[in-house]
Amino acid sequence: MIRRPVDSGDPDRLYTVTNGRTRANEDAFDLVTLIVSECEPSPGMQSEHVRILRMCDRPTAVVEIAAELGLPVGVVKILLCDLLDTGRITARHPRTSPRRAQLPDTEILKQVLVGLHNL
Amino acid sequence: MDSTTSELATSEPAVRTPLASTARDGLKIAIVGGFGVGKTTMVRSVSEIRPLNTEETMTRAGVGIDDARSADGKTTTTVAFDFGRISLNDEMVLYLFGAPGQERFWFLWDRLFSGTLGAVVLVDPRRLEDSWYAIDRLEHHGTPFVLARNNFGPPEYTLDEVREALSLPAQIPMVDCDARSRESSKAVLIALVNHLYTLSAARERAL
Ligand SMILES: Nc1nc2c(ncn2[C@@H]2O[C@H](COP(=O)(O)OP(=O)(O)OP(=O)(O)O)[C@@H](O)[C@H]2O)c(=O)[nH]1
Ligand SMILES: [Mg+2]
Repeated sequence: MIRRPVDSGDPDRLYTVTNGRTRANEDAFDLVTLIVSECEPSPGMQSEHVRILRMCDRPTAVVEIAAELGLPVGVVKILLCDLLDTGRITARHPRTSPRRAQLPDTEILKQVLVGLHNL
Repeated sequence: MDSTTSELATSEPAVRTPLASTARDGLKIAIVGGFGVGKTTMVRSVSEIRPLNTEETMTRAGVGIDDARSADGKTTTTVAFDFGRISLNDEMVLYLFGAPGQERFWFLWDRLFSGTLGAVVLVDPRRLEDSWYAIDRLEHHGTPFVLARNNFGPPEYTLDEVREALSLPAQIPMVDCDARSRESSKAVLIALVNHLYTLSAARERAL
């Protein structure tokens, strides 16, 4: 596998991408929250926003967006907040609550088992 | 992967495989273990996409040893992790995360893996001690887990002996596996979800 240092680590670039904001609303998105575009990219839009909107033509997890853009997850969350606030995307949050250290009910786990057996 | 540099894998861009438009429920399972134990191999064996790599950073005041320290005295911890996914049905998508077991990673555990269904602790039987820390942290976070022994050769010890060496409680399932095999990796995931099912059913009965 070819590896190269990630250019996204450059603080200047991150600063530009996020318009200087450094904190996303961390609770707004889980790694596996599925993002769906609600509009086409429009002219003059920030290039990262354009790429996200194209990618999320079909539901796409936050972590997949981060991998695809080559940006840290936290930065992607900031970008997503912008798009969510302006109604350009919607978010499908996981049913299993992230803030509850609790097991999913047996009904959900049964569905997971069926899915795994069908692999 | 070198723990001090942040790297993303950049092999030729794969054609993205989109999810079904009906997908709405993302689920998480973490595969944790020491360096080179086979985490990425296991993710690759069962994933419907080529494993992808990403990273998360966290800025803290005053903690950290080998981390970048900026002018304001804060430290930034960066951890890289890879992941794959399995579409379970029209609506549910399971994401599998290969998580490095080392200390710095656990600072980010809550942020990344709160709400995770459970974890697979992958161990190399020649380096059992590499998994102590991960087991301790999972117990601390109350994350249910199973232990999977990735056999790089014929095992020298029985699973019972391994259980004893790791002081693992009897109710925690242990399985042998070959992370390169899809069937074997699938069996590990099923062992984990069966374990979760048992725990969840016990809780429902208690309600
Ligand atoms: N013989 C044998 N080799 C294996 C097995 N599982 C993994 N390997 C090999 O062990 C090496 C390390 O596997 P990885 O999947 O990269 O391990 P990892 O845990 O992701 O490693 P890091 O991310 O670097 O910590 C690779 O060369 C694999 O091909 C196994 O079950 N048997
Ligand atoms: Mg790996």
